[in-house]
Amino acid sequence: MSQPNANCPNCGAPVQFRWSSAVQTTCEFCKSILVRSDVDIQKVGTVADLPPDASPIQILTEGSWNGRNFQVIGRIIYEYDLGVWNEWHAVFSDGTSGWISDAQATYAVSFIQPPQHLPNASEAFRGAHFTFSNVDFEVTSRNTAFYRGVQGELPFQFWDKSKVSFIDLRSRGREFATLDYSDDAPTLYLGQSVDYEELNLKNVREFEGWTLTGQAAPGARY
Amino acid sequence: MGPVVTAPIVKARGLNCPNCGNAVELKGFAHTLRVTCPSCGTMLDTSEPNVKILHDFQQQLTRTPMIPLGSRGRLKGVDWDAIGFQTRAIEVDGTWYEWSEYVLFNPYKGFRYLTEYNGHWNFVTPIDSLPEPIAGIRPKVKYQNRSYQHFQHAIANTGFVLGEFPWQVKLGDPVAADDYVSPPFMLSSETTNDEVNWSLGEYTPGTEIWQGFKMPGAPPAPQGIYANQPSPYEGKVGGMWGLMFLLMIGLVVAAIIISAMAKHEVVFHQNYSFAPAAPEPSFVTPVFELKGTKNVELEIKTSLSNNWAAFNFALINDDTGTAYNFGKELSYYFGSDSDGSWTEGDPNATITVPGIPPGHYYLRVEPEMDKPKTTSYVSPLSPRAQAAAANAKPAVAMSYELTLKHDIPTFSLFWIVILLLPIPPIWRSIQAASFNNRRWQESDYATGS
Repeated sequence: MSQPNANCPNCGAPVQFRWSSAVQTTCEFCKSILVRSDVDIQKVGTVADLPPDASPIQILTEGSWNGRNFQVIGRIIYEYDLGVWNEWHAVFSDGTSGWISDAQATYAVSFIQPPQHLPNASEAFRGAHFTFSNVDFEVTSRNTAFYRGVQGELPFQFWDKSKVSFIDLRSRGREFATLDYSDDAPTLYLGQSVDYEELNLKNVREFEGWTLTGQAAPGARY
Repeated sequence: MGPVVTAPIVKARGLNCPNCGNAVELKGFAHTLRVTCPSCGTMLDTSEPNVKILHDFQQQLTRTPMIPLGSRGRLKGVDWDAIGFQTRAIEVDGTWYEWSEYVLFNPYKGFRYLTEYNGHWNFVTPIDSLPEPIAGIRPKVKYQNRSYQHFQHAIANTGFVLGEFPWQVKLGDPVAADDYVSPPFMLSSETTNDEVNWSLGEYTPGTEIWQGFKMPGAPPAPQGIYANQPSPYEGKVGGMWGLMFLLMIGLVVAAIIISAMAKHEVVFHQNYSFAPAAPEPSFVTPVFELKGTKNVELEIKTSLSNNWAAFNFALINDDTGTAYNFGKELSYYFGSDSDGSWTEGDPNATITVPGIPPGHYYLRVEPEMDKPKTTSYVSPLSPRAQAAAANAKPAVAMSYELTLKHDIPTFSLFWIVILLLPIPPIWRSIQAASFNNRRWQESDYATGS
């Protein structure tokens, strides 16, 4: 993992890339959204104040899943019917990039799939079945989400979004799929639902009244 | 190097109710989208930094949660804050059934729910895979190698809410709810047009909740039988049947061993003949020896034909003079009529005399055979046997054979035990079936309703 360093074209603060393939990051000082090309770094926008969220995951949280270590280096924040929802961008020790979604403290790990023919949003009604990677999936929820911001390093440019549609699919097992309609062509993410414990997270956020292992903090007022 | 981006400790969000001004603390952190003010009961929208009063939400404070909201308890080895409470109800055949739901929260492990109906509690976990439907007259679903039977389909409506909710809770808010049971578990699906959510409930005794939340007193006693309440007979009926079969096998083996070890010794055998006109019909047999206290079996075979005979016996101890008296009446009739041929009675008999002490014995035999009788000592003769007796030649002589055996195993007790043994498992099976029957009386598949 190379760590090319640069300076923010807006405020001049140092900008650190933890992942060599990162395309976009945010300046930690001036909240500029920065896009990296072969030649330079350009400011493409500014992140508004992020909505408060209650995810235990944060930038630099580490963990391991299926025996592979990862570090969280970025995120996209959405808001939908059930509140704030984070797609945490994680880089695994083998250099691959994946996503850990946290919606209402339910977690899933997923990976972007190569472009392929995918159903359009109207075909993917609730209860419709599709087969991806030889797994039978059923549409379980259709959500409209509102883009609320980005933080840290992402594998693609993602900014200036507003309303996006997501369709979640589940299987008989723990395989999990998301159809992302935020761009012109839908994108497929495949992965698995996971319990909090299965992510073996370190450097998580601390919540008032709770220990980091999720038990009542000693002396908590309850 | 930039600054450390680690966020500070996440504080519980505090706000002041825009209606009454009293403080409201959100234990669900930013997950809480709705909260009722604990002071004035106003429903607040907390999804935005500016807390708003939801004016179209009106309810009377008619319910009190058994688990105080804001309290923390440990269930299934994890600490949970009870942050929200709602009642929901379904209508079945014009009757409303209401149950309570508690929202449990842990900032790392997420949300769980407790449901309570008539003192029956379930710990509910949302599940992340889809149960597999199994076609059939009664729908079933399979989840993690367990088969769940469909119990009930209903439209559930929210009736009362209190505390914090991670969703935009509304009164009414109908969802299609389906329950599938495999005690102690219950799978539930809640379906709307755009979403289906499955959850797994585990039947949890109220005492576990009371201990977990350190609540005083005892939980209300459960009323009736709940859909996924484990049967107290579950897994015990099979064991009882198994034990019964083991005991039966043991008995049969014991009977075979006893039978094989018995001597079946013939101590006396003789053929005789008897005519009704004989002047002194009684006689005694030669002395024979009986070794050990065993039972004695006397076998009588006669040549009776449409006739009867009675025998009085005395087994007499030659050493002490002790007599064991016993008797037997025999009758045997046959013939044919419009229904075909028939027979009545038996010309042969076996008499068992138990527990004769060892010694030298002889048998005193007194046969009796009057002219053919039309009545019997023991059982009345049927009209056709009476007719056959009337038509028979009078005073026909009889030849007979006496065989006295010693050490013959008897199995009457064995048969009684064999017949009694299945009673406990049958009783248990009836109780178990009755329990399950009562369970299913509350379902969509109740019988006789």
